[in-house]
Amino acid sequence: MLMNLFKFKGGVKPPSNKLQSNHLPIAQAPLPARLVVPLHQSIGGTPRPIVAAGDHVLKGQMIGEADGWISAAVHAPTSGTVIEVAMHVRPHPSGLDSLCVVIEPDGKDEWIARTPIDHKAAAPADVFHHLQQCGIVGLGGAGFPAHGKLTPSKGVAMDELIINGAECEPFITCDDLLMRERADEVVRGIAVFRDLLQPKKVLIGIEDNKPEAIAAMQVAVDAQKEPFSVVAVPTLYPAGGAKQLIRVLTGKEVPGSMRSTADMGVQVFNVGTAYSAWRAIAHGEPLISRILTITGNVHAPRNYEVLIGTPMDELLALAQPHPDTDGIVMGGPMMGFLVPDVHAPVVKTTNCLIAHDDRLFPPKAPEMPCIRCGACARACPHELQPFELYWFSRAKNFGKTQEYNIFDCIECGCCSYVCPSRIPLVQYFRFAKSEIWAREREKNAADQAKARFEFKQLREEREKAEKAEKLAKAAAAQAAKKAAEAAAAAASPASEGEAPASAVAEAAPAPVAVDAEKAAKMATIQAAMERAKAQREAAQPKNTDALKAAQQKEIDEIEARRQAAHLSEPPPVAPASEKTE
Amino acid sequence: MDILLAIAIMALGAVVLGAALGYASIKFKVEGDPLVEKIEAILPQTQCGQCGYPGCRPYAEAIANGDEINKCPPGGSEGVQRLADLLGREAKPLDAEEKPKSVAIIDEQTCIGCTLCIQACPVDAIVGAAKQMHTIVAPLCTGCELCLPPCPVECIHMEAIPETIDNWKWKYPLVEIKPDMGQAAPIKEAA
Repeated sequence: MLMNLFKFKGGVKPPSNKLQSNHLPIAQAPLPARLVVPLHQSIGGTPRPIVAAGDHVLKGQMIGEADGWISAAVHAPTSGTVIEVAMHVRPHPSGLDSLCVVIEPDGKDEWIARTPIDHKAAAPADVFHHLQQCGIVGLGGAGFPAHGKLTPSKGVAMDELIINGAECEPFITCDDLLMRERADEVVRGIAVFRDLLQPKKVLIGIEDNKPEAIAAMQVAVDAQKEPFSVVAVPTLYPAGGAKQLIRVLTGKEVPGSMRSTADMGVQVFNVGTAYSAWRAIAHGEPLISRILTITGNVHAPRNYEVLIGTPMDELLALAQPHPDTDGIVMGGPMMGFLVPDVHAPVVKTTNCLIAHDDRLFPPKAPEMPCIRCGACARACPHELQPFELYWFSRAKNFGKTQEYNIFDCIECGCCSYVCPSRIPLVQYFRFAKSEIWAREREKNAADQAKARFEFKQLREEREKAEKAEKLAKAAAAQAAKKAAEAAAAAASPASEGEAPASAVAEAAPAPVAVDAEKAAKMATIQAAMERAKAQREAAQPKNTDALKAAQQKEIDEIEARRQAAHLSEPPPVAPASEKTE
Repeated sequence: MDILLAIAIMALGAVVLGAALGYASIKFKVEGDPLVEKIEAILPQTQCGQCGYPGCRPYAEAIANGDEINKCPPGGSEGVQRLADLLGREAKPLDAEEKPKSVAIIDEQTCIGCTLCIQACPVDAIVGAAKQMHTIVAPLCTGCELCLPPCPVECIHMEAIPETIDNWKWKYPLVEIKPDMGQAAPIKEAA
């Protein structure tokens, strides 16, 4: 089919190195002795483990449950026993551990009951749920859960559905072989996506260095009488980038600020995603294996269908690496990274393993100063200015890097590839990006801490005020009560009752709680003193009247002795009683 | 006559512009001191009081009034640098040693439930009640260490936040030359 193609700016043409691995059919990798399945294998929430050590699992049994909408379930790749759910190394540039389910296969490879779904009869929400439960994620590299991308954007009609078979990275041939051997199922998967998204056109973009794949896909499309266009796109790295492929096939340019291309009426899926989605829908098979290219410094480069969780070093051994192999690169030579630990498992987004040696990947010559030649800007497929970004990243001037749209950078590596000074530009950009993210996290945490601190202060203030108010109220009430009691008790000397009464009168209208409290206290003390006095006065005459002569004499004697010893003042004044009161 | 007209026009212009300025000063009045806001945005909001002020806001106010900018250990030397850039002052070495970011951990076996740490926590990151075990809500903990001294049984300790895949950062591609290295080290690529 003839159609008008567009061009994107920039791009490079590295040696493709695909011929080594694409002449042999896909082979089945043997069952490893141990499978380590990381729970976090897609963008979004980390699935929660739903198995424990000692559990027996069947092939395809869910072991990690999706956490949230943008998350996809994880499954046991074969039947066997769960040894542990623990931290193990994950293929990530950091070389850090993450939670993994370790399974010891029992060799029976026994499937769990599989439930296909009729996507035409079922509601779209059920189909999305099914895909999420089957753990279908984008197999092109980012691993975005497929159901999230299949949800139509509100208010924007879907114009084009693009299927990405470009596979622009050197060395990688897994999509090529998939299209050659399983084109029929890929096309069926594309038809499912078409039914869900209802686009006006479906375009399958394949780089023109894969004529066999293009032919096979065309045959499959014709056989199923689907109105899909299989388009050969010129070979130019990174034509397989989503935004680049959209540009080449439709001429649309996706603005950097746009989060999802669905807002422009375009959606892109990898051919591998279409294939695994079809397996999930028609056969109920979750995503537990993928096709993987093993190439580089090996005797027998080839594509293998491997179980997720197979250790990389075991797979590399299948291709018989040369003895000088000193590492494994996951992904292509442009965007991939040297795996920090060769025992790391294969995950859903692992598309290629390249045996590393100094011949294929010569050690990087020392970095030279930037000579402002502008080669990077000409090579950048996103029309950024990598040299500007480099200066600002290097100077840690992160605000400026954002002004120059660092987050539009797809880290394709074209700028580093062409740089005559051999500056690792992408490394600077990755550094700047992760630093900006970290600062954003810190800023959010600081804002939250500040809000909580201010709220605590507010709360303490309020509690203090409430407490003071309550105290003042209680004290005032008590003072009033006591004053009344005192007034009643000391009914005879009318003038004495006035003091506490006036104290209460003073306390009640006092605007400041503390003053009121003080006044109330004073009133209480005064009332107590009044009461004591009244009691004393009342008690004084009790046993002193009607005394016999002998008793009076005795009292007089005691008094005389007391006075002689200077122990006591004359009897009517008793200061001790006031203190003890 | 002409001169009177000119004076009248100038006077009218002065009145109109004056009125406009007066209106603008009311309409666009700046509430509070914007400098304090900017300083506070740089401070890490741990509310730890290690600067000698009861919180980040008072320290921000003190800096705006001329206090030293190197009294905030949680902000680190980077925080000092950013304050120096903002205020146009010279960056000074930090007044204390820099510690890695940490969170407090309560040993729940030893905790007696006295609630003293809950009262000390400036960001309400400790949950518990009298005679009940307490625990720290780690994502909310700012690592201020204010809960350590009040604990009567010393069951709280600080733990550095480990590096995980979620908070891991790409390293700076250059080996930095530190001024205290004696001799200038050659610029090398990090492995």
